[in-house]
Amino acid sequence: MNRQQVIESVVEHQLKDEKDMPYFSVGDTLNVHVRIIEGTKERIQVYQGVLISMNSRGINRTITVRRIVANEGVERVFPVHSPRIAQIEVVRRGDVRRSKLYYLRDRVGKSRRLRDQRRGLKHATVSTEPAKSSSAAKKNAAEATGE
Amino acid sequence: MSAALLGRKVGMTRFFTEDGRNMPVTVIEAGPCIVTQVKTTERDGYSAVQLGFSERRAQRSTMPVIGHDAKAGSGPLHWHREYRLDSDDDAQQFELGQSIDVSAFEDVKYVDVVGRSKGKGFQGVMKRHNFRGKEASHGVQRSHRTSGSISGHGTNLGTGPKLKKGKRMAGHMGDARVSERSLEIVKIDPVQNLLLVKGPVPGANGGLLFVQEAVRLNRRKQALLKAGS
Repeated sequence: MNRQQVIESVVEHQLKDEKDMPYFSVGDTLNVHVRIIEGTKERIQVYQGVLISMNSRGINRTITVRRIVANEGVERVFPVHSPRIAQIEVVRRGDVRRSKLYYLRDRVGKSRRLRDQRRGLKHATVSTEPAKSSSAAKKNAAEATGE
Repeated sequence: MSAALLGRKVGMTRFFTEDGRNMPVTVIEAGPCIVTQVKTTERDGYSAVQLGFSERRAQRSTMPVIGHDAKAGSGPLHWHREYRLDSDDDAQQFELGQSIDVSAFEDVKYVDVVGRSKGKGFQGVMKRHNFRGKEASHGVQRSHRTSGSISGHGTNLGTGPKLKKGKRMAGHMGDARVSERSLEIVKIDPVQNLLLVKGPVPGANGGLLFVQEAVRLNRRKQALLKAGS
């Protein structure tokens, strides 16, 4: 076993099961359920926001979730495999073309929103229905002229 | 008698405690070590025990090492280090060829780790000794990272025109023996011979480490230890 494998074997049991974790990627709106311990009591707080960045892999994986609270942008970084993260839910899937959405920090108002991801639409070759998004329409048009 | 082992630094990772705290840990492959020599006052003038760690191909070893380790009934080992014991009575607890593994640290909470720090080459005083250097402007020319004056004229105060011994200057940094004291043991894995300690330890990954039960603890850790036991 090389050194990296030894380290992986050490942290293996701390990793959360893939089954317990939904698939999510940058641009998605997430509900992060955070365990909060106050004295002896434990409660769960839900933090909802847009996933703007994912970092590292394995035990070191962290996600940055951005939301707007009282007109002020708040970003929290969660270690995904921490026992303090009770659950992660995907609320919406966003359609983005970057792996880090730091540009959202400069956006104000409606431009802050992300387009919903519509599976398969981008790759549709023939579409008889009116295109649902401008990028898909452009793609179809380009293909039509190509033929 | 305190437990001691030789080990190899594997690398760092993170560890989540049960209450969800995130702790930086270093993984150390500690032992198993073989007692390759027991020194006694009578024969050697002092009492000590020599440990060998990590088997290595005979081809890569030298005949003296092969012969030395063969006396302990072992193949040639990569590293040998000895540590002093208080008396010959302590030395009697060790037997030539005895194998010591990480379970020796089972009841131990804190350890001292000794290693060789990463070499940094020839470094200036700012990096090497945390000097402040000089200002960026206000007439400073070509000496922004220098140390300034190192000695003055002769006085009658005993501070002569000569340099004080041990004056801190630029020079070779790192690649020196460094002890890291009282590191908390996070976990012991006797199956893989692994020891997880909190925080960093000296040296590069793969480097030799000497791990020993903590010699002395600060007050906070002493109190914790007392409360625990």
